[in-house]
Amino acid sequence: MNKLVSAEEALSVIRDGMTVGIGGWGPRRKPMALIRALLRSDVRDLTIVAYGGPDVGLLCAAGKVKRVVFAFVSLDFMPLEPAFRHAREQGAIEVTEVDEGMLLLGLRAAAWGCPFIPTAIGLGTDVIRNAPHIQVVDSPYDDKEWVAMPALNLDVALVHATRSDTSGTCEIASPDHYMDDWFVRAGKHSIVSVDELVERDYFHDAEVARRVFWERNCTQAVVLQPGGAHPTSNDPLYGFDVSHFKRYAELISEAGFTGWAEAYLGEDETAYQQSVGGLDSIRALPLPVY
Amino acid sequence: MRFSLAELMVCAASRVFDDDGEVLATGIGLLPRLAASLAMLTSNTDLMMTDSQSFILSRPNPVSGFRGHSGQANENWMGFSRIFDNVWSGSRHALVGPSQIDRFGQTNISALGGTYAAPKVQLLGVRGFPGNSICHANSFFVPKHSKRVFVERECDVVCSIGYNPERLPRGYALEDIDIRQVITDLCVMDFAGPQQHARVVSLHPGVTLDEVRNNTGFDLAVSDTLAETAVPTTEQLAVIAQLDPNNTRAKQLKDDPPGVRVSERGPA
Repeated sequence: MNKLVSAEEALSVIRDGMTVGIGGWGPRRKPMALIRALLRSDVRDLTIVAYGGPDVGLLCAAGKVKRVVFAFVSLDFMPLEPAFRHAREQGAIEVTEVDEGMLLLGLRAAAWGCPFIPTAIGLGTDVIRNAPHIQVVDSPYDDKEWVAMPALNLDVALVHATRSDTSGTCEIASPDHYMDDWFVRAGKHSIVSVDELVERDYFHDAEVARRVFWERNCTQAVVLQPGGAHPTSNDPLYGFDVSHFKRYAELISEAGFTGWAEAYLGEDETAYQQSVGGLDSIRALPLPVY
Repeated sequence: MRFSLAELMVCAASRVFDDDGEVLATGIGLLPRLAASLAMLTSNTDLMMTDSQSFILSRPNPVSGFRGHSGQANENWMGFSRIFDNVWSGSRHALVGPSQIDRFGQTNISALGGTYAAPKVQLLGVRGFPGNSICHANSFFVPKHSKRVFVERECDVVCSIGYNPERLPRGYALEDIDIRQVITDLCVMDFAGPQQHARVVSLHPGVTLDEVRNNTGFDLAVSDTLAETAVPTTEQLAVIAQLDPNNTRAKQLKDDPPGVRVSERGPA
């Protein structure tokens, strides 16, 4: 089955009000080309589930978001994502703020078809008080109370991988695949953008096959977009773009989403990449050192 | 022997890991990471540590002058999802720097002021604090001891469980919570006072108890064996210098004060 489509074609499944999960972590391996295509569309009122970075910030700034399910939204070297911070302080978005691990459990519950997973995480904290729909329940097996972390069912999951073939077998060659496998499994419909397209026999190498973290029947659409994670990293191909993030933060604070969009968003990904110096300069971005 | 306040704090903070045995030590931020690394190289060589990315290391990476992760002393792959497997099993001790800490040892890194729907200042979000606090040991690192950090009331957003009887979940006792020590620029505290109240354990050289009290928003108990915080040894300073060859530790505290205080600081 050939699942290779354009970003616009892939994203046409997303309707107003849907819940969209986004893979990656902060400024690392985010499906940014897909996010930019969403920014150019007229979709709105989305619920976003993510370990947030500029993906969440931009969608909030553009007015696409009703609610964010998050544990943090950060650019790492810039601890507070500027657009998300602004949206929160304006009261512009609803939030469900959960622990990083609760978010993982919610994705697992969705992936496994369970209504919830019991956990001690969140007990005694404002996570429970501020999210009244997250219930604390009795256990049939002990006398303690447990947080019933509800399934985070995703209408659509968006992730960015290193490579795939057209059937949707995806390799993540980065040091960490983060929770991308759980986003994909929690999603009814998963769209994977990739930097490189390969033939099916590329995966015959057992070392490569070890870097495939979900089966191809979890992937519904493949979008080829070299440099598609920019300005986030796609280790080992390129690092994140510190100078672009600094410019982004300035534009967001001085001129809001419109200021950034006029300077960078462009009418398509080709225009975007030209505005940030071209694909070769993206590929030359140094890998982060922690 | 001269040493900076940052070095004194790193050495004091490294001691929180001394009796931990084989646990994952996580120091978030440059000085806490330096403290955990120092402990792993000196007082508790059984500690485990990550490269802050995706591997457990058998020898900590330097915190400055480090050019890339290839060639580091990998022990095993440890992606973020596997970090949670470790966290939930309880075999970890985190040393973190909250924005607020209250009398119960509850902390905040999420948001300040305003309302929850529109906070005056959005901070990081709760991150992993709720899970860390209910699952494993935690210590706190405070670069500037003030009433802004050690707040009078409860934290604006309670991100981690502490010794607050009113918030204790059913089936839990206060003893189930494991907050170890708080290392500030003035003193070392723990929560071993009456009813697990905050308690001063040692004062840094040249710091008075009044100074600590004047900069804390709640009442403090005092240890019967109140001591002066131990000063760094030559060996500790040498290991710190190796771990931080570019001396980035000198940029972490305002004006990089000396380790032995000359004049008192008034209330903040």
